[in-house]
Amino acid sequence: MASESHEHHHEETFVSKYIFSQDHKMISKQFLITGMVMAVIGMVMSSFFRLQLGWQGESFAILNWFLGDKWAPDGILDPGMYLALVTIHGTIMVFFLLTGGLSGTFANLLIPLQLGARDMASGFINMLSYWFFLISSVIMIASVFVEAGPASGGWTIYPPLSALPQAIGGSGLGMTLWLVSMALFIVMGLLGGLNYIVTVVNLRTKGMTMTRMPLSIWALFVTAILGVLSFPVLLSAALLLIFDRSFGTSFYLSDIHIGGEALEYSGGSPILFQHLFWFLGHPEVYIVLLPALGITSEVISTNARKPIFGYRAMIGSILAIAFLSFIVWGHHMFMTGMNPFLGSVFTFTTLLIAIPSAVKAFNYITTLWKGNLRFTPAMMFSIAMVSTFISGGVTGIILADSALDINLHDTYFVVAHFHIVMGLSAVLAMFAGVYHWFPKLYGKMMNRKMGYAHFWLTFVCAYGVFFPQHFLGLAGVPRRYYTNSEFPLFDEFIGLNEMVSVFAIIGALAQFIFIFNFFYSVFRGPKSSQNPWKSNTLEWTTPVEHIHGNWPGPLPTVYRWPYDYSKPGKEEDFVPQTVPLEEGEEDGGGGH
Amino acid sequence: MTPFLTVVVLILGVVALIQLIRVFELTSVLKGKASELPSFSETKFQARMMIPLLIGMFAFFTWCYFRYKDHLLPEAASEHGGSLDTLLNFNFLIIIVVFAITHVVLFWFAYKYHARPGQKATFFAHSNKLELIWTTVPALFLAVIIVYGLKEWNTIMDKAPKDSLTIELYSKQFDWTARYAGADSTLGSANYNLISGTNPLGVITEATIMEKLAELKKKDSVLVDKLATVPQDGEIAEDIKDEIARLARHKSRVMVFKDMQASKDFTAADDDMVMKGEFHLPKGTTVGFQFRSQDVIHSAYMPHFRAQMNTVPGMLTKFVFKPIYTTEEMRKKTGNPDFNYLLLCNKICGTAHYNMQMTIVVDEPEDYARWEAEQKAFDGSVVGETATTVSGEQTQLAVKAN
Repeated sequence: MASESHEHHHEETFVSKYIFSQDHKMISKQFLITGMVMAVIGMVMSSFFRLQLGWQGESFAILNWFLGDKWAPDGILDPGMYLALVTIHGTIMVFFLLTGGLSGTFANLLIPLQLGARDMASGFINMLSYWFFLISSVIMIASVFVEAGPASGGWTIYPPLSALPQAIGGSGLGMTLWLVSMALFIVMGLLGGLNYIVTVVNLRTKGMTMTRMPLSIWALFVTAILGVLSFPVLLSAALLLIFDRSFGTSFYLSDIHIGGEALEYSGGSPILFQHLFWFLGHPEVYIVLLPALGITSEVISTNARKPIFGYRAMIGSILAIAFLSFIVWGHHMFMTGMNPFLGSVFTFTTLLIAIPSAVKAFNYITTLWKGNLRFTPAMMFSIAMVSTFISGGVTGIILADSALDINLHDTYFVVAHFHIVMGLSAVLAMFAGVYHWFPKLYGKMMNRKMGYAHFWLTFVCAYGVFFPQHFLGLAGVPRRYYTNSEFPLFDEFIGLNEMVSVFAIIGALAQFIFIFNFFYSVFRGPKSSQNPWKSNTLEWTTPVEHIHGNWPGPLPTVYRWPYDYSKPGKEEDFVPQTVPLEEGEEDGGGGH
Repeated sequence: MTPFLTVVVLILGVVALIQLIRVFELTSVLKGKASELPSFSETKFQARMMIPLLIGMFAFFTWCYFRYKDHLLPEAASEHGGSLDTLLNFNFLIIIVVFAITHVVLFWFAYKYHARPGQKATFFAHSNKLELIWTTVPALFLAVIIVYGLKEWNTIMDKAPKDSLTIELYSKQFDWTARYAGADSTLGSANYNLISGTNPLGVITEATIMEKLAELKKKDSVLVDKLATVPQDGEIAEDIKDEIARLARHKSRVMVFKDMQASKDFTAADDDMVMKGEFHLPKGTTVGFQFRSQDVIHSAYMPHFRAQMNTVPGMLTKFVFKPIYTTEEMRKKTGNPDFNYLLLCNKICGTAHYNMQMTIVVDEPEDYARWEAEQKAFDGSVVGETATTVSGEQTQLAVKAN
């Protein structure tokens, strides 16, 4: 193979090493840092609107300091800017942090390293995918500074609201920039995804059969397939929206009277947009979740010193979740007025997804049973991930039921559900991944005490923010409301909103412990050993100092699956994949 | 000055923190405690924390439940609502049990199986039997949940029966208008091309068609006059010509309805009753709502009745329910003399999305009949705000316009 002899001694400039790198490890770090920056911006935005929601109508100097007199006159958040913040917060968190940041970081880092490849199939396309990500991020942030405001129709940007600048200011230039940003983002997703798929299929090292791949790779591989199949549909939804906005077409628009005039759009349906959007939108949340689940498998098994329980069932459930994720999108549309029969179909398929999800949760718990658990900060976050995956998943069962959705749709019950599965579960897993693979990314160790502090504050505040919101939803409090003060019915919840905001702000501040720990450790952390976690997978067989081509000599050969932790008859409690099988030793999890 | 000082303090604070950490790390190295893996005491501490975590989590969740359970929605005020609430409670029972058991097991295992020196984990990699159990048991529960849920859904989504009351709820940024079908039980046709100051819902009648055509003609003549006064090849002239052309296209769309009058009867709207601010429903009668939207997607959310449906421009959507408690009865039930049923908007629709509401009053059938008799029929009149007391009396400000 051409990649065997990869001893390049080309001179690396600062630009080719750090800026326009084609090395997957550097690209992974680029995705991580960009994702973290976007996350902080998204988090600060949520802190702003939580100030408004917790203390409705009260004045906060900091709002005026950041947003100026136009969007926070006298320190009170403008209702239009409230919707804008909610929109951009959602967009940043779902796409830029949990898709670009999560997949971009870990797919790039782990796929070549855990498979024994020199680099991704195409380093050039990989580099392009990062640059599209960065440009897309810059445009999204730039859209916030537009005079009439950024996109304000929710991250779901349903037309006609998102198509008509007369409907809300943010649907002018702000929305245009949003669409441009997302089009570039989708290109990133496709370029990256194709690369990941090709690398997994073609560049596994000798002995690395599909069923010897770590679950992190299975998850990232299937995620990439989900992405390349579903993101183009979002692109088509966005393109048709661009056409309606700028070229007078009527894909989504019909019978509209606004701003004192009858518009000339005719024959279109806003529901078409929703079908196209959610055809991506639902797989998208599994694009967010699956890498998180894959990371959790790795972190838990390594730190439990036990094989992940049910490796094949875990693969099967990843595949089942991926397949089912394509046929459930209508559960976001129960209340659109579409044919009720469709609603029944989507209720059925959505509830089916609970089955493989339950299998995964039970398998994680069983992995802990009779383990020898090491509580690194990564392990703490992974255990927390299992907790929030279950909590968020079970409220999904309620929302999947179209009849129950009648009263819960677009209320805080939905907000609680998706934040617990994405904002908690996936984010917690991402933290676990960063803590766990930090030595591989930067050759240093993060500070453990700060890690624990970050964990406890985050986990407690996270549940403090989102659990109470279920009650708001059950009481009928709608989402995306600037204030509840227009409804005496909701006065009961003034205290609850305050409590949620307090937890939110403390939780947001706690993240600075992580950010500080991260950057401090990058520059001044203690140097790590080659395999600090005593893990079996191939990434820990590369040198601590990064080199192009990953292994200084020939590529490693793999003889066994990655989960030989505490295998009976072995002296150490771990057996790396590169250790040949002994006489009479069987590979895998043993007998049935 | 203050922001500058704040930034300086923050930077100094961070620098101080960095130095503290370096001191701490150096002392750890000196004490020989620096290690890449957590020490036994660290592991034991984190493991021990799992139990307070579990207890704290359950305590907080239980506290939330008791604190807020009486502030949720009162008993369902519609016929289907009661069984819907039962379905919800059934689901909650299942998921709370699942949540409780899994969390106890998760945190108990985390607590119990922490690493001990010299201990090795048990190599238990899979069990087909266990996988089968926890695939089929959830599947069975889910099968019940699915069947039960779909049964409810089919009941709720059934078509409105013949003897139901037909009401249209019309949504726009940022209010609701209700339109009743009147004695002929038929809502008049409507189209957005006929919307005008005197006909905000775009209802189609002979009169409204003539009125709209007259309005368009007037606008056209104003523009034609204006066109004569501006430089003929300038940009302003172009804009005016475009506007005249647009009005002409609008006129041709309205003419479609004028021509339709030959074959279609547009008198159904004559007895429609239009109102804002508040609308009434008779207890015990099924109401078939239809929804329209003027501009963007809104959602008619009537939580007390367990009812919701998006309103979509270009589309007619529907929802059916039967109210079973009058406003008075609900006031007694909730102990709140100011209680009112509400219609809220529940789909992001613009800046005032948070204040798009309408009051719903449910009357005893006799009170409802009296209220209905007092409503003015449409016949081309504009309806202003309605002021209503709950006993059914109503004064209505109607401005007749031509």
